[in-house]
Amino acid sequence: MKKLALSDEILLTIEKPARYIGGEVNEVKKDPSEVEIRFCMCFPDVYEVGHSHLGIQILYDMFNKRNDTYCERVYSPWVDLDRILREKNISLFALESQDPVKEFDFLGITLQYEMCYTNVLQILDLSGIPIYARDRTEEDPIVIGGGPCAYNPEPIADFFDCFYIGEGETVYDRVLEEYKENRRVHGSRRDYLERIARIEGIYVPALYDVDYNPDHTIRSFVPNHPNASPMIRKQVQMDLSHTYYPERPIVPYIKAVQDRVVLEIQRGCIRGCRFCQAGMIYRPVRERDVEYLKGMASSMLASTGQEEISLGSLSSSDYSALPDLVYYLIEELGKKGVNLSLPSLRIDAFALDVMSKVQDIRKSSLTFAPEAGSQRLRDVINKGLSEESILKGAADAFAGGWNKVKLYFMLGLPTETEEDIEGIAVLADQIAREYYVIPKDKRNGRVSITASTSFFVPKPFTPFQWVRMCTAEEFLQKKDVLRRKLMEQLNYKSIRYNWHDAEVSILEGVLARGDRRLSGVIYNTNKKGCLYDSWSEYFHYDRWMEAFQENDVDIDFYIHRERALDETLPWDFIDAGVTKEFLIREYRRAQEGKVTPNCKKACSGCGAMVFHGGVCYEERKGDSV
Amino acid sequence: MTIRIRFRKYGIMKFIGHLDVMRFFQKAIRRAELNVVYSQGFSPHQVMSFAAPLGVGLTSDAEYLDVELSDIPSPEEVLARLNAVMPEGFCVNACQILPETPPNTRKENAMSIVSAADYIVSLKDGYQTGLAREEWRSQFCRFMESDRIEILKKSKKGTKQTDIRPMIYESGFSWQENPDSVRERYENGLTVFLRTAAGSTQNLKPELVIEAFCEFANLSWHPFAWQVHRLELYRHNASQAFEPLIP
Ligand code: SF4
Repeated sequence: MKKLALSDEILLTIEKPARYIGGEVNEVKKDPSEVEIRFCMCFPDVYEVGHSHLGIQILYDMFNKRNDTYCERVYSPWVDLDRILREKNISLFALESQDPVKEFDFLGITLQYEMCYTNVLQILDLSGIPIYARDRTEEDPIVIGGGPCAYNPEPIADFFDCFYIGEGETVYDRVLEEYKENRRVHGSRRDYLERIARIEGIYVPALYDVDYNPDHTIRSFVPNHPNASPMIRKQVQMDLSHTYYPERPIVPYIKAVQDRVVLEIQRGCIRGCRFCQAGMIYRPVRERDVEYLKGMASSMLASTGQEEISLGSLSSSDYSALPDLVYYLIEELGKKGVNLSLPSLRIDAFALDVMSKVQDIRKSSLTFAPEAGSQRLRDVINKGLSEESILKGAADAFAGGWNKVKLYFMLGLPTETEEDIEGIAVLADQIAREYYVIPKDKRNGRVSITASTSFFVPKPFTPFQWVRMCTAEEFLQKKDVLRRKLMEQLNYKSIRYNWHDAEVSILEGVLARGDRRLSGVIYNTNKKGCLYDSWSEYFHYDRWMEAFQENDVDIDFYIHRERALDETLPWDFIDAGVTKEFLIREYRRAQEGKVTPNCKKACSGCGAMVFHGGVCYEERKGDSV
Repeated sequence: MTIRIRFRKYGIMKFIGHLDVMRFFQKAIRRAELNVVYSQGFSPHQVMSFAAPLGVGLTSDAEYLDVELSDIPSPEEVLARLNAVMPEGFCVNACQILPETPPNTRKENAMSIVSAADYIVSLKDGYQTGLAREEWRSQFCRFMESDRIEILKKSKKGTKQTDIRPMIYESGFSWQENPDSVRERYENGLTVFLRTAAGSTQNLKPELVIEAFCEFANLSWHPFAWQVHRLELYRHNASQAFEPLIP
């Protein structure tokens, strides 16, 4: 029988012991003594969150298909267990074998949001792995980072031995082969890192020197080793219909955030919203073949027994075979009592038809993400959603029986004025008015509108990577303006307003566009006991601010200044496909309020053509002549 | 048609709580491709009833659940299909097709008929009772001779003095047990058998008996020292005798 790393007494004292025992349906079991490479895959958040991430499920499946490798999992221990592990000096362990993480060859950490950085340090610390890469010995695993935050790895570069930039399907095999080869020739840890520095997409921070100007901007960023390339090219899996996909995903016992089968229908997004990092770094758009997806859906449902399936993509409505796929799934799954969930659908006739088939209209809500309140500002951010289409969509939906609407906006977007903010309130009110156009006897109770705002955080590799971000005070003022304006609306009683925390956004902003000078801050913050910064109840802004002071780092430098277009940015050494020229062009068009067509309408020459495929090479309708 | 299934829960699965066990079985039944009857509406769910929720930390040889199927291959086939999709720690070992409920009578379900349960409570290795094994046993026998065993039972309305003696039907140091029982065995060999009231009208957790005994014998009570294992669940049969849920 499986031996657990934690005693019964500990497991019965903490919340949700199932987070730490593994043994789930479809977990991969191997004899660790019979493999050459042990890889521990980590999502640095609590099990229910981490488990829901598709990317590491794909990698888990891919690594375990190799006979010479055993890939296991670890997530952040929740605060209750964190305390116990420290008190009792218990080393953090992987779920499958329950062996200490420190005994593995690799520790791979996916970086999905900046606010997980203190949790990364927690993982290292609890595993007994030195936090700074430079302090690690031959005994320690190679710590490798990946995921969207790896597109600016600099704030955490000192904690990682290397980063994998881009999609994991392409060069991980080489990373593992080199490991075996290095071991065969008795190479050291350093030898290994020098070896893999030659692999496209692999960034080894120790092989680069950064020099700063007196004003703290970067003077130079240069390799200090011949194997290290001055530019790191992101990795893209071009053919998504003939590649790894977890046909037998793990089924957790406790309810995960994503308690369903996820079918990733495409990668990337054609839209080119100028605030959106995902829309830039995952270019070009690549679709999975619809027949492949149908087959995959059946086998994943059969192997998991899940009662729900969800389509995964940044913008499902842009998937070319969506009606075919969706109607097939409704038909097939309906027979088996499986629900279909459809996030990120643009509201139109098709969406309403589908939604009426898969949801209870009275309970479900319509979601719109105009992001900005005025057409002017929506043009600035290139959000191709017009007021007309929102109102039309809402009116059609109301006529179909819906009465709940969720609206998502951002505050603090570049060039935003008070009129733009007021536009949010007016738009919410107009939607409510559309509802009351319906004759009273046909209405389904009152209309309920929820407007939520987040604060705009400029991200690397977007046309807004140079802009000044608002201060917390400015954000809060904007929020107050909006609240006031909402109160002035005719239907204000039907509108609920939620806003995000400004302080978290500020920190996210600092970390997103930070440089190597931030590692000391993150280190100190973690030493002050900070963990789970993305969970508001555990977020301590004051401790972060102390840590900035202790390290003599001024946050204004990172967020409250407009960067010059010729400034060397910390992430400039990464080649994400989109060129700097394109981003500058887009930034200028934003300032002029000019929209840029989406990739299916016309190519804007962003640079992603270098990957030789996807939407860039598809024929466009109306493109000819 | 409703079938009743008996299953074992052991090993690391003792850390999976009752609600998650229910979710687990819903998925397992789908994986086994049994044709379940779903409730109507937008989020269809299976019509399923568990006999008596097992607390986190307990293991069991006899958990029961009733589920409605639209067609039943054969009891053997149901078992084979389910076991093929079970992870270590769950195993189904009996399946019975329940007789159709005559019209106008209330349908029985596993939950409503439970009346008693057998448990084996063992001292885990690494813990001490403070007494030698024989001494512990003889004190326990004396304890069981008491006419009343009063404990403070906590409920939503506060704590209440309750006599649990009538809810302990049997106790002792020998019992009948299937040789392939999945219960954990310990070197110290201190184990006691209890048959207590179970079900929705009266329910006595075996831990409470041990706790009361510790107080009786002036021993310190350690909540994690004891492994509780459920051996069987009973109903009253027509002649008011205890009969396992699947005879
Ligand atoms: S190269 Fe053109 S089509 Fe391809 S992603 Fe860039 S803008 Fe879109």
